[in-house]
Amino acid sequence: MHLAYPAVLAVLLFCVGLYGVLARRNAILVLMSVELMLNAVNLNLVAFDVWLRDALHAGQALTLFTIAIAAAEIGIGLAIVLAVYRNRGTSAVDDLRDTAELPDDGGDGDGGTDSEGAAADEPDEPGKPDGPAAGKASQKAEATA
Amino acid sequence: MTLAAAGHGTLAAAAPQGFLSPTGVEIAFVLVGLVTLGAAVVTVTTRQLVHAALWLVVALGGLAVEYLLLTAEFIAWVQVLIYVGSVVVLLLFGLMLTRAPIGRSPDADSGNRPVALAVALAAAGALVWVVADAFRTQWIDLDKPQGTTDVTGSILFRHWVLPFEALSVLLLAALVGAIVLSRRNAARSDRDGAPGGRTGAGDSDKEQR
Repeated sequence: MHLAYPAVLAVLLFCVGLYGVLARRNAILVLMSVELMLNAVNLNLVAFDVWLRDALHAGQALTLFTIAIAAAEIGIGLAIVLAVYRNRGTSAVDDLRDTAELPDDGGDGDGGTDSEGAAADEPDEPGKPDGPAAGKASQKAEATA
Repeated sequence: MTLAAAGHGTLAAAAPQGFLSPTGVEIAFVLVGLVTLGAAVVTVTTRQLVHAALWLVVALGGLAVEYLLLTAEFIAWVQVLIYVGSVVVLLLFGLMLTRAPIGRSPDADSGNRPVALAVALAAAGALVWVVADAFRTQWIDLDKPQGTTDVTGSILFRHWVLPFEALSVLLLAALVGAIVLSRRNAARSDRDGAPGGRTGAGDSDKEQR
């Protein structure tokens, strides 16, 4: 088989995954695109392992390791997405702008101190901007301390 | 450079096919590759979230067929078991637990979609050019299989035992991490939701200790 076929297919799959990571809004769809990119890497590893006739089968062993690491990554990633969804009520990645420096912020004293205070109150859950939630956050910080 | 030259010397001599006379394996590879690529494109462009997960099944299954065509059978079955079997099920559970809309969601793509399209097309053009130019004269010899289950198992447990064990520790750490992330948030939402939040919080803290 010509080596260019699997190599070009892997490149195209990687670029499709790249587009998905950059263009998607839902975090779970971003995770799917990451899976596509990892699979492109796996295809490259298998194709070059067969091409080079590696005696140690390093490509196939690394493919197995990549598959296992991708499974671990998808588990942790989904747990994080679910935690974000429970705290924020959304899983859109471009709504999570708490640490962003907005260019049109103007005075920027308000937003800066607000997010900073929330982060100081509870480092695990940054930035619920409204007042009662911040009070509750400090209460929770006391309760867990 | 020397590796490529050596590979070119041995493999091109071993497999003197022409570029425009594809073998049956090549035709099957290209057809399955087109299906895989189309499913991947639909996965990243569809506006129905559950359909994206189901098209991802088609793309990953097509890749398993490609592994079979490349004579890596153990990798192919691992791909079917882990990706199609567990990862897609996990993704569907994630979609359900975040209450993803069933029908068409108009905001599936963010605002930087043209930029993403430009970046992806530029990367695809550059990489396809480089890869096709680099491996234009290389052929894979598929006559004797490279990745039978027998050989893969013996290599994996003879030469790759230490990374394998480290990987099992990593999987255990990922399992514990996922449980910790879910559990702490369960306690927190319980605290937030219940009206007598303070006592509930104290109880759950005692339970955690």
